[in-house]
Amino acid sequence: MSTTPIVPTTTDTDTGKKLDKGADIEVGTKSRRVKRRLTSRTATIVALVIAVVWTIPTFGLFVSSFRPAELIQSTGWWTIFQNPGFTFDNYAEVLFSSSQSSPQLGSYFVNSLAIAIPGTIFPLILGAMAAYAFAWMKFKGSNWLFILVFALQIVPLQMALLPLLQMFTQFLRPLQNGLHEVIPMIPEQNYLPVWIAHTMFGLPLIIFLLHNFISEVPGEVIEAARVDGANPGQIFFRIVLPLALPAIASVAIFQFLWVWNDLLVALIFSGGTADVAPLTQRLAELTGTRGQDWQRLTAAAFVSLIVPLIVFFSLQRYFVRGLLAGATKG
Amino acid sequence: MTTADLIGKIIQVVGGLAIFAAIIGLLFFFLDKAPKRGKDYGQLAVFLAPAMILVFLGLIYPAIRTSLLAFTNNTGEFNGLDNFVWMFTQPAIVNTLINTVVWVLLVPTVSTIVGLAYAVFIDKSRGEKIYKVLVFMPMAISMVGAGIIWKFVYDYRQAGSEQIGLLNQIVVWLGGEPVQWLQTSPINTFLLIVVMIWIQTGFAMVVLSAAIKAVPVEQLEAAEIDGTNPWQRFRNVTLPGIRGSLVVVITTISIATLKVFDIVRTMTAGNFNTSVIANEMYTQAFRAAEPGRGSALALVLFVLVLPIVIYNIRVMRKQREIR
Repeated sequence: MSTTPIVPTTTDTDTGKKLDKGADIEVGTKSRRVKRRLTSRTATIVALVIAVVWTIPTFGLFVSSFRPAELIQSTGWWTIFQNPGFTFDNYAEVLFSSSQSSPQLGSYFVNSLAIAIPGTIFPLILGAMAAYAFAWMKFKGSNWLFILVFALQIVPLQMALLPLLQMFTQFLRPLQNGLHEVIPMIPEQNYLPVWIAHTMFGLPLIIFLLHNFISEVPGEVIEAARVDGANPGQIFFRIVLPLALPAIASVAIFQFLWVWNDLLVALIFSGGTADVAPLTQRLAELTGTRGQDWQRLTAAAFVSLIVPLIVFFSLQRYFVRGLLAGATKG
Repeated sequence: MTTADLIGKIIQVVGGLAIFAAIIGLLFFFLDKAPKRGKDYGQLAVFLAPAMILVFLGLIYPAIRTSLLAFTNNTGEFNGLDNFVWMFTQPAIVNTLINTVVWVLLVPTVSTIVGLAYAVFIDKSRGEKIYKVLVFMPMAISMVGAGIIWKFVYDYRQAGSEQIGLLNQIVVWLGGEPVQWLQTSPINTFLLIVVMIWIQTGFAMVVLSAAIKAVPVEQLEAAEIDGTNPWQRFRNVTLPGIRGSLVVVITTISIATLKVFDIVRTMTAGNFNTSVIANEMYTQAFRAAEPGRGSALALVLFVLVLPIVIYNIRVMRKQREIR
């Protein structure tokens, strides 16, 4: 928004003002003048204070994660200039050390990825299909079913956890055991329950968000493809999905971060071993048992934050769009 | 992690994705091969049924089961309202309920006010984007990560020794004694609430900032020509203009707050009188082997969310009717 206003050369101030206004309107920055007065000095200072207060906790943890253990434990990170010290040891320790007392995050990091990638793709595809059906197929009760799905996204997960776990133990466990017997490399505790749980829980919001976008795909394009003899699968995968791609990207980022950051679903469905448990679960465990090992906790926390931060900073546009779409649902 | 473990994990992911693709592929294959008559129903089923079956099995059916479980004891026998009587008579659980109310009152209000003020203050200012990113960043990270970040801020060292937690250091600088923040009730609940506010303010800010930018400039100009001051313009033009977004922000944050679990679990595990319903539900149902009590707590959570659900459905139906 850095449009330069045209400076009028007239001497008469009144005319100047009018021209100024005209120029402003012309370049589309007429709002600047009105808004400028709101951004007074006090406002700037308050905003600055908020920004600093919001950033300092993360910054402190980040700085600390590179400090040697003795220094973290004996001095505050804000004294880094009086007590300088820099090391990668904390990261090396939490990620690669195989000693019993180390967090051994490497394997949990892999788990987080192994949960989040299918945990995003499965509900996204199924959700997009359902959204397409809601948007473009007429059937009885479509409205009611859609409203039901919409309402479900607000219902607390807590309502579903216990019976779902019972169902999984009853029906999924034999399948998992069988899988382990056929392919011993796949442990008895595998990702299946967590994937399914995330798919189930992610669907309502995904369907709702994608429905809005998919219903905006021009109907003529779909009709044209149908006339050309494309079958439903082709129409969906070759035409509707590519057209809705920006929206799908936003929703995918949302679901990915949701799954990556989740703790509750993991706690209940992962079984808690290094075979399945994601980073969040491991971190929560560490804060409970080793809450004072700050050299480990700081580095471990950043290992878990790095993926969301990369996603956030590189795909911020999509992230914000997804968020706004989700938020304007009222 | 051994190489064999890693290979096992890769096999699982690749295999899982392949099987998923195969199932979807087969569905469409049969749809294409199916007899032409009644094809519309087949098409509908292929597109809609998988998601609906999963939603039914994963959410609707379990929610009904949970509602029934709420009226049973730990051996699965019907015990009427015992679980609810227990909830409202046990001091620890009553405390949990009160805490939840405090959370739901504070988090949405404070985050919305701070987020709105921030959005207004940085609107059209230089470096608006950077300002936004700084406050918005906590939205992207996990609540577990946020919990650790703030636990570090609240860390306590004995008086006299050097503090490594920022909050206690500030207290010491101001001439006070360091406090065991997370162990001291009731201040600890408020300190946990700060973490949630820290996360949600960014959300409020981004949504409200977009709403503020959508307020027609003509209205603001007209108000300015009428000789109003900035506060009056904000109060009478901007605020009514962003009413819809405000409602959305407040309801969304309220729901998120009601369900808050990770922060409490990571920072205090619900000890020292900091528990909230979602955490207590987990503790009762999955740690204390009291599925009935856990379900009853989940049901309370649901009842608290219900008004928001109903409100949203009504708005939604209106929107669908317009379309």
